[in-house]
Amino acid sequence: MATETLAEGVAHGGAAVSSCLGLNGSAIGMPQLCTDWMPNQIFWLLVALIAIYFFLSRIGLPRIGAVLAERQGTISNDIAAAEEMKLQAVAAERAYTDALAQARTDANKIVAEAKAEIQKDLDVALARADAEISAKSAESEGRIAEIRAGAMAAVSEVAKDTAQELVAALGGSRDARAVSAAVSARLKG
Amino acid sequence: MEEDIHTKDGDLVFHPMDQFIVKPLFGDGPVMWYTPTNATLWMLLAVLCVVALFVLGTRGRAVIPTRLQSVAEVFYGFIYKMVEDVTGHDGVKYFPWVMTLFLFIFFSNMLALIPMSFSPTSQIAVTAVLGFGVFFAVTIIGFVKNGAHFLGLFWMKDAPLFLRPIIAVIEVISYFVRPVSHSIRLAGNITAGHAVIKVFAAFAGIALIAPASILAITAIYALEVLVAVIQAYVFTILTCVYLKDALHPGH
Repeated sequence: MATETLAEGVAHGGAAVSSCLGLNGSAIGMPQLCTDWMPNQIFWLLVALIAIYFFLSRIGLPRIGAVLAERQGTISNDIAAAEEMKLQAVAAERAYTDALAQARTDANKIVAEAKAEIQKDLDVALARADAEISAKSAESEGRIAEIRAGAMAAVSEVAKDTAQELVAALGGSRDARAVSAAVSARLKG
Repeated sequence: MEEDIHTKDGDLVFHPMDQFIVKPLFGDGPVMWYTPTNATLWMLLAVLCVVALFVLGTRGRAVIPTRLQSVAEVFYGFIYKMVEDVTGHDGVKYFPWVMTLFLFIFFSNMLALIPMSFSPTSQIAVTAVLGFGVFFAVTIIGFVKNGAHFLGLFWMKDAPLFLRPIIAVIEVISYFVRPVSHSIRLAGNITAGHAVIKVFAAFAGIALIAPASILAITAIYALEVLVAVIQAYVFTILTCVYLKDALHPGH
């Protein structure tokens, strides 16, 4: 076909080099249907396609693929790191709440201990105070009994003396022993 | 029609289809199969765009991407996800091929929107190679992976028995029409859009209707940007769908 084209070109004297061109150089019918030009287009199309294919499969697509994979990796790494940090944050929060609860129980224990100690001191102090009070009241009672006994002795003395004087004044015998015995008997009764 | 729109200067005659002519880059010689032509130039520019996007974009290999790197990553992610979603996990190894097709069509379409450029994807020779290339590749993969079981693609097991042969005939026909529609869809869309822009551009030579014409060109240009992206997407996703049929013919 190529030689045909060449022959026609020569035959047209160089003005119109293809059977598909009019003498004024414009197309006859649709240039797309001109078979003279098809081998040329097909050849260069194949060249172009093969060039694009080899470029893409060797250089273009692997690069983009690598970039996309790298980005995917970066993103998933970042997400994993974020996940880890979240776990850490959760752990830290748990540790914090644990510490808080511990502190609270410790505080309660300390409060209870202090309370118990105070109670103990209080009990001791109360016991001591009770003992002192009972000792003092016993002492007081002793003294009251003593005073009472003293008073009774004084009363019987006074009564004996009074009775003796009365007996003497009334003209009775001054038998002291009999009078005091009678007075003592009367006091006991 | 464009004969009516001649201005007085003969050099300004517009022919909407002339933009699709393949010309040698150097000299006026015949177009041999190896001759560097405008088709060569614009295809290689598409290759350069791909290289630039992926080399300059990923130069930093940054975890936090630059703007260009984000674009490259969006392309990668978009097509990768498409391949994975449509064909399943075992289709991922064909991802570089699908990516090649998508990027070539995408950048060809986009570069073709530059004024005075040449659009390789408007050429039926180009899109037919792409379409039939996909067709043959997918058919071979289907037979290699599944053996005769691949023919189960045409034999609907869930259809009533008497309908199965009829459906099989229809399925076979539709299977063989796939590469044709696949390639003509792309070439047709790009050709039509560019030709329409050229026709409106021809009208712009008449002062009276020039403003309307320029507005129309602007509108259609915007539409063509959309078409450029959508056709690249459609071609790619259909490739994925065909690949899925080859890998899992049992539906």
